Amino acid sequence: MTIGLINANPIVHAKKERIARTEDLHCDDAVDPLDIYDSVRDIRDPEHPYSLEQLSVLSEESVTVDEKRGRILITFTPTIQHCSMATVIGLCLRVKLMNSFPPHFKVDIKVSPGSHANEESVNKQLNDKERVAAALENPNLRQLVDECLQSNDL
Amino acid sequence: MNRTLELLGLLRGRRVRKLLATVSFDATAAIWKHAGGDFDCVSTLEGHENEVKSVSWNASGSLLATCSRDKSVWIWEVLPGNEFECVSVLQGHTQDVKMVQWHPFLDILFSCSYDNTVKVWAEDIDSDDWHCVQTLGESNNGHSSTVWALSFNSAGDEMVTCSDDLTLKVWKSEIQKQQVGDGYAPWKHLCTLTGYHDRTIFSVHWSRDGIIASGAADDAIRLFVENKDGQVDGPSSPSYKLLLKKEKAHDMDVNSVQWSSKETRLLASASDDGAIKIWKLESIS
Repeated sequence: MTIGLINANPIVHAKKERIARTEDLHCDDAVDPLDIYDSVRDIRDPEHPYSLEQLSVLSEESVTVDEKRGRILITFTPTIQHCSMATVIGLCLRVKLMNSFPPHFKVDIKVSPGSHANEESVNKQLNDKERVAAALENPNLRQLVDECLQSNDL
Repeated sequence: MNRTLELLGLLRGRRVRKLLATVSFDATAAIWKHAGGDFDCVSTLEGHENEVKSVSWNASGSLLATCSRDKSVWIWEVLPGNEFECVSVLQGHTQDVKMVQWHPFLDILFSCSYDNTVKVWAEDIDSDDWHCVQTLGESNNGHSSTVWALSFNSAGDEMVTCSDDLTLKVWKSEIQKQQVGDGYAPWKHLCTLTGYHDRTIFSVHWSRDGIIASGAADDAIRLFVENKDGQVDGPSSPSYKLLLKKEKAHDMDVNSVQWSSKETRLLASASDDGAIKIWKLESIS
């Protein structure tokens, strides 16, 4: 891994207050953007001991769902333009969603427009399923992703 | 993870020798011999640095091509005793090579890639070297994102490519000129089928009777045929129309579609849902 931190001084935000959510009256297949957000907000940043939510990499607006067509779009904002951890964060999101939601959902993961110097290249990698599969077979990457997904704060 | 299967039947005298080539994410290709109802692995081809994506036999069965995420295309020669020798490592693509496919009757190799191009490879007349004779990229009306697959029509003078850019493109070459020794006949863009797919198209296959099948990331299979009614612009600009869209053909992405070589109208499809389905196309109006 890199010797120095990519972004040594990230801006950390207070944790957003969580509202206890009542039982959903939707049918079982319904997927709420807030359910998805809940499942990813606590993913740890690969470099800093803070969640993606705390670093404003993710917010509630990050998630859009087209329930009729079964499509989920997540956009995330790396803390800096040249963040080399962008693909790792994207991978974490993909794995978390794969484990949390039914496989028939089509998931697209992108950096928010204008937030990264290599936006096109990062988006392309994150949405090529063979590249994703190959990345997850890399033991070092897999370990890093697993560490980020271990949610220590609930 | 095994990605591609290619079946080859060779006729030697009265005996039919059947070899099957498979490729894997473990960076190898394997050759299997059909013997008494089972397949035995007779050879393992090593050399690629990482996942091998695709394998293709040439028309005569004398050559095998493989490609990989390592950006290269390898050509292997079939030697007696089920031995395989690598005769060329083709560098040129700048990113993962997704698929290789030999021309249906000429020893010309086609590859398509994450670098958005299709490359055409041929052997030098003088030497034994293979080199890239053409690249179909955005400047020749090529794709603007990863090209996942390609397929030829039965005459071998047209080719269809499919891409992450959500289009199918049809290309044409004056292949008859090449056959009579007039030199390499370049491929030119003929038309683009746009607006039919809204997610990545992983596979495309052209049937012997002219039907193009596509398999896509929206779990659907689509069939296209040439639009022969009311040609306004004349023979120089053909167009294609959607014959049929089979939604929810599978529960997940359709990764591969292939027409039967024996029975027209029989189509096989494979998906991330783990199923292989055989479809029969009933009457066309």
